[in-house]
Amino acid sequence: MGSMLRGIFSVGFGYSMLRVTTPILFAALGAVVSERAGVVNIGLEGIMLISGVSGVLFSAWTGSAWLGLLGALLMSILFALFMGYFHIKLGTDIILAGIALNVIASGGTVFVLYVASGDRGISSSLASKVMPTISLPVISKIPVLGPIVSGHNVLTYFALLAVIAVWYFMYKTPVGLRLRAVGESPDSAASVGISVERMRFLALGISGLLAGFGGAHLSMGYVSWFSRDMTAGRGFIGLAASALGGVHPIGTAIASLFFGFADALSNYMQSLSIPSEFVQMIPYLATLFGLGIFARQQMAKSQKGKKQAKEVA
Amino acid sequence: METLLEMKAITKVYPNGVMANDRVDFRVNKGEIHALVGENGAGKTTLMKVLFGLEVPDGGEVYYKGKPLQVTSPLQAIRNGIGMVHQHFMLAPSLTVTENLVLGVEPRKGLAFDWDQAVQTVTDLSKRYNLPVDPLAKIEDIPIGMRQKVEILKALLRGAELLVLDEPTAVLTPQETEELFTALVGLKEQGHTMIFISHKLNEVKQITDRITVMRGGRIVGVRDTAEVSEADISRLMVGRDVILKIDKPPAKPQKRILEVQNLSYFTPEGKALLQDVSFSVRAGEIVGIAGVEGNGQRELVEILTGLRRPHGGLISVDGYQMSGSTPRQMRDLGVAHIPEDRMLHGVANEASIEENLIADRVQMPEYTRKVFLKTEAIASNAQTLVTEFNVRTRSPKTPIKMLSGGNIQKVVVAREFSSNPRLVIANQPTRGVDVGAIEFIHKKLVEICRAGAAVLLISADLNEVMSVSDRLLVIYGGQIVAAFPEANEVSEEELGLYMLGIQTQGDTQLKEALA
Repeated sequence: MGSMLRGIFSVGFGYSMLRVTTPILFAALGAVVSERAGVVNIGLEGIMLISGVSGVLFSAWTGSAWLGLLGALLMSILFALFMGYFHIKLGTDIILAGIALNVIASGGTVFVLYVASGDRGISSSLASKVMPTISLPVISKIPVLGPIVSGHNVLTYFALLAVIAVWYFMYKTPVGLRLRAVGESPDSAASVGISVERMRFLALGISGLLAGFGGAHLSMGYVSWFSRDMTAGRGFIGLAASALGGVHPIGTAIASLFFGFADALSNYMQSLSIPSEFVQMIPYLATLFGLGIFARQQMAKSQKGKKQAKEVA
Repeated sequence: METLLEMKAITKVYPNGVMANDRVDFRVNKGEIHALVGENGAGKTTLMKVLFGLEVPDGGEVYYKGKPLQVTSPLQAIRNGIGMVHQHFMLAPSLTVTENLVLGVEPRKGLAFDWDQAVQTVTDLSKRYNLPVDPLAKIEDIPIGMRQKVEILKALLRGAELLVLDEPTAVLTPQETEELFTALVGLKEQGHTMIFISHKLNEVKQITDRITVMRGGRIVGVRDTAEVSEADISRLMVGRDVILKIDKPPAKPQKRILEVQNLSYFTPEGKALLQDVSFSVRAGEIVGIAGVEGNGQRELVEILTGLRRPHGGLISVDGYQMSGSTPRQMRDLGVAHIPEDRMLHGVANEASIEENLIADRVQMPEYTRKVFLKTEAIASNAQTLVTEFNVRTRSPKTPIKMLSGGNIQKVVVAREFSSNPRLVIANQPTRGVDVGAIEFIHKKLVEICRAGAAVLLISADLNEVMSVSDRLLVIYGGQIVAAFPEANEVSEEELGLYMLGIQTQGDTQLKEALA
């Protein structure tokens, strides 16, 4: 136990936690943007997979990590809008459209991988690139803090910037205001001439872009290859983080860190002599636990409302 | 007087054959507050929908400022300077007053939303029109009266010169109503024009300059407000239509089946929708509750049938305390319910006639074994009822949504009346059905009552409550304001005065009549 605690409070653990939080945080921010526009983006998981394989293929093909990232992001936006077309234009239930996208992504990415590399499981035979890591000047010299926050993949810093960018967009720009209005009260928004459809497409596009960053991080930063179903539920954990974080970028970032902690813990404990199957459950148990707390908060809130109504009566 | 809006010979026939507007000529002068009054279904809403482009009329033209007006959406209407203040506010609750107001026309500073400028705009606007609002508060935290001001400001910010206010006082307290009226008069002084739709004649009398009265899809009168009394208006509204005579043997009231004592119900905001409502219904009598819609009837019926829980008071059915019971428990005691909205609470849309006819009794051993339904019993039940209640359909297996409104209602009535009820609660039982079905349903109501059931009839249709009921109560503002032991001895005009809250019976008189 003592060695475990020492492990958790080590510098290496802090670093690892930020690293594994990155894809969850991107997915969670993607969930926030679409949720605020009134669309539950259940397809985050599939979009991340598509992004992951696209990043590997494009970077191997072009020989550039950055062009790989660009390709991955474009594919992600494309598929998010594709799902949006079915939901917004054709009236398909978003949950069903999202599940369809996830299933297509799960099978489709393996197919594409096989066509490109001849391997059905992993892309290691392809000469794909990895996004660069960055050593922060000055900060990297600070003891303890430096080794935790410096030397990460560039996408990890993008994720932190994305929290601020999403917050600014949603709460400080006119378009963000419209997006929130559409999500909360579509009739009100429509009554003042805001196109609900256009705002929802925009939100899904942004959501896809963010999930795309998350997927690219998995195959071009977290590790240097793509493997079958490598997202392992991070898209769904992102949805949970968004709910737990009150569908607000800052709260969601904190919730994502909590899930990142669970993920890092699971990784760390696999090096101990505990059955790995058990340890691998930790992130998902943490998700369940988090959602449980969230549900209880909601219940407490509605109880409070009822009580107030009673007091007035 | 300069004419601002003129609607000429507007005709609108709905696909179901209802003539909602019949060559309606409606004229509003610039700078006046013009009341549009009429009973439910008189055609006011349709006329306004035509104005806002929500309904395409089958005939007629609209002129605004002397020019033909072509609008296909409320958005175009507001671009032309015609704004609507909806009864159900179009506001996003978690956003601030300012955000809601400038939504769609946000001031910008570079890329960003210029918050300070927006607040300034709202503050100025609010001062200019004397409609005080808190620009920084969230909609969900402010009272209904202020939300309404936001809604009005929203229209003004977008340049509305003509404001349509759809029952604006329905959700307000008397104090808020006074404030609203002061503001409306202020708007008038600044040159704005308003169409004021209301059921409350005292308010119409107080605030408006002219009145247009609609009945049965037509204009039946245009008057200067100063020249008419509230009674005159109500006479115009209700008309002198002949009451459909119903052949009805005299009532023989027996023991009390339904007893309601001091029933209360409140909105989450604390507004009383039902206040100290007490009455009883005996076996063998039909008690009618008359009233303009929205005075607590819906809440009362939903509480009596177990769909809502009351906040105070007692209900007993045949001596059993039933306050807060479930619909199942109510039904097990023999309470039948003909709901106001048959598509919402009366039938399952996609299910067949046959299936709808067993919805309340599917759990009974006659219709089901442990696991599987007894299809033959279900079919024969349907066959009997379809014949007895004259439901026009090719087969009882037809999905119910294929039937006309009148026939759907007959299915509901058939199910409810065949459950051997002790108490029938009929809420607007003949709304939107044809004359034949109305007669049939009225006949059945009398029949089942004289066979020993207690019947509570709630209706906004005066003819209906007066001709079908034995005793009559009037509900206004969530309270029983009048009770008449003999329904056929009341005049429509007298009833109208109580329904509109102009008169209230004294406590002693009420108690006597209710005893």
